[in-house]
Amino acid sequence: MTTATTPNVQEDLQRIAKKWKDKPGSLIMVLHEVQERLGCVPRNVCLELAKLIDVPVARIYEVVTFYNYFKTEAPGKHILSVCTGTACHLKGASKVLESLSKELGIKEGESSADKEFHLQSVRCVGCCGMAPVVMVNGAIHGKLKPESSGKEIVAQYRGK
Amino acid sequence: MPHPTHWKGKELPNVLRRLFDVPGGHRLAVARQHGAYSTIGATLFDKSPFELIELVKDSGLRGRGGAGFPTGMKWSFVPRGTGKPVYLVINADEGEPGTFKDRLLMARDPHLLIEGMICTGWALGVRTAYIYVRGEMLPQIQALNHAIREAYDAGLLGENIAGSRYSLDIYVHRGAGAYICGEETALINSLEGYKGQPRLKPPFPAVSGAFANPTCVNNVETIMAVPWILTHGAKAYRRWGTDKSPGSKLFSIAGDIGRPGVYEIPLGMPMPEFFELAGGVVGELQGCIPGGSSAPVLNAEECAKAAMDYESLAGLKSMLGSGAVMPFNATRDPVAILRTLTRFYAHESCGQCTPCREGTGYAHRVLDQVAEGKGRDGDIDHVRDLADQFEWTTICPLATADAWPIKSFTGKFRPAFDAYLAKNPDRAKPRELTQLEPGAFM
Ligand SMILES: Cc1cc2nc3c(=O)[nH]c(=O)nc-3n(C[C@H](O)[C@H](O)[C@H](O)COP(=O)(O)O)c2cc1C
Ligand code: SF4
Ligand code: FES
Repeated sequence: MTTATTPNVQEDLQRIAKKWKDKPGSLIMVLHEVQERLGCVPRNVCLELAKLIDVPVARIYEVVTFYNYFKTEAPGKHILSVCTGTACHLKGASKVLESLSKELGIKEGESSADKEFHLQSVRCVGCCGMAPVVMVNGAIHGKLKPESSGKEIVAQYRGK
Repeated sequence: MPHPTHWKGKELPNVLRRLFDVPGGHRLAVARQHGAYSTIGATLFDKSPFELIELVKDSGLRGRGGAGFPTGMKWSFVPRGTGKPVYLVINADEGEPGTFKDRLLMARDPHLLIEGMICTGWALGVRTAYIYVRGEMLPQIQALNHAIREAYDAGLLGENIAGSRYSLDIYVHRGAGAYICGEETALINSLEGYKGQPRLKPPFPAVSGAFANPTCVNNVETIMAVPWILTHGAKAYRRWGTDKSPGSKLFSIAGDIGRPGVYEIPLGMPMPEFFELAGGVVGELQGCIPGGSSAPVLNAEECAKAAMDYESLAGLKSMLGSGAVMPFNATRDPVAILRTLTRFYAHESCGQCTPCREGTGYAHRVLDQVAEGKGRDGDIDHVRDLADQFEWTTICPLATADAWPIKSFTGKFRPAFDAYLAKNPDRAKPRELTQLEPGAFM
């Protein structure tokens, strides 16, 4: 199903398109700005963008779905990214994931029903010295105690 | 913890870490007090590009992004005077699991990267340069953009740098979360706004790279060593390291180690000594992944013999790679470690080569079964056989980077894998493909 974008969103898309349209190779920067504004890059927005920047929608969609960072559906408000790299794995990343999953009652890759949290696992985020690590909306929480990490992190962000 | 300055009575190299412990060192005024941009002037512009390339060749500097290719030689492959623009692209995608040196360099000393880029740009005749930064590294992107603005304001970027006839512009490009974009040709595709899928080589980027123009791709750490070499000379750089692996290198060490972190040490330091410098192994050493997750694992015996240089690790059939060192102790389960690694590669395969897309996913799913106690007798040999098939048979080395840990872990820690197989009472039954859930496209 394709729904129309609201006038507000339209305006933003036009602004972003105008800024980048004539710079070669800027599709990814465009998508970064769109996702920053909307939280995701849904199908209807891709269709709209295709017209605005004059790039086939297939090209936009293949890029959106190739990169992990771009999402076609809005995730929960707080994005909890559990690092499952080698160092974090050694220091109990799977228990951290389990603990968060239990606390929120959702599985990896899901958002909570109230859309407050999104739980995902990610590759090494380059803070291995602080393993195990969870990144929340880009901020690093390191040296976690695997068993109690779920309660502690969720309590810190719930309602914020 | 501040970076140690001495080790066993000797001063540790200080090519890259000069601002690691200086508050505010990312700002131009502070960086300048520590010598930033001292090469930008007569030191650089009185040298011809050719002389600078020769100097870097003489220093023996090698690429710090993983492959260790001699930097001066790479530069000499970039054609000149073809009428086409030459691009310099800095690889700041740092995604090799366990590696966290470039992120520290860019946060603490972004001006050294800019200075290195000006030097490199001069050597190669570059007018426009890009820094491709891993998407998750927001603080680094901010630090770089801020430093670039400061450099423009101070006349160190843009038209006629420091009054010379040389001009350079630098743009920061933000990645979007794909490990494969660290591979130089995938990075170029991504920079052009496409899916980050590697290109078949040749043509090499030096001949046909970004927007089909000659392009030099270098790692952050490689380029940041250039100003020091220009200031102090090739011979001074060679006072550290070995004949074939000269100079200093940053190592990121984590895992079962006393003081995890980033250390600048002379290449060639014995591995046990490096462990000692980083606070010692916690517990009894079982093995170590010496150069990022793609590097074949070493067992404790091999660690005792290894030194931190390209040749020593290659001699042990492993590699120095990106310099990510991950020792693990006897309480760790090699099966679980390999399972995590293969999951990573299966997930990050870009999907364009069948052996990689299908092979890494299949190997991972079989190892999942093994780790869950549902392994079958032939599983380990089967996975090893598969690894043999996708090693070096694909467009880029990602599939090979999966084959190496598979072969080294199952080879060196086989009893641990067999112990898992023994847990399954049905292990003698042949493996049925239908037992495996599809999951290549994770
Ligand atoms: C799968 C894969 C991932 C890579 N990731 C990186 C990376 O994150 N950073 C990097 O500098 N080089 C990476 N490389 C190596 C680059 O392809 C390239 O060799 C390097 O950037 C060249 O710079 P250097 O000569 O200065 O090392 C990767 C290679 C492969 C095959
Ligand atoms: S080897 Fe894998 S990651 Fe590399 S190009 Fe082929 S499919 Fe893509
Ligand atoms: S393994 Fe988790 S940050 Fe590197």
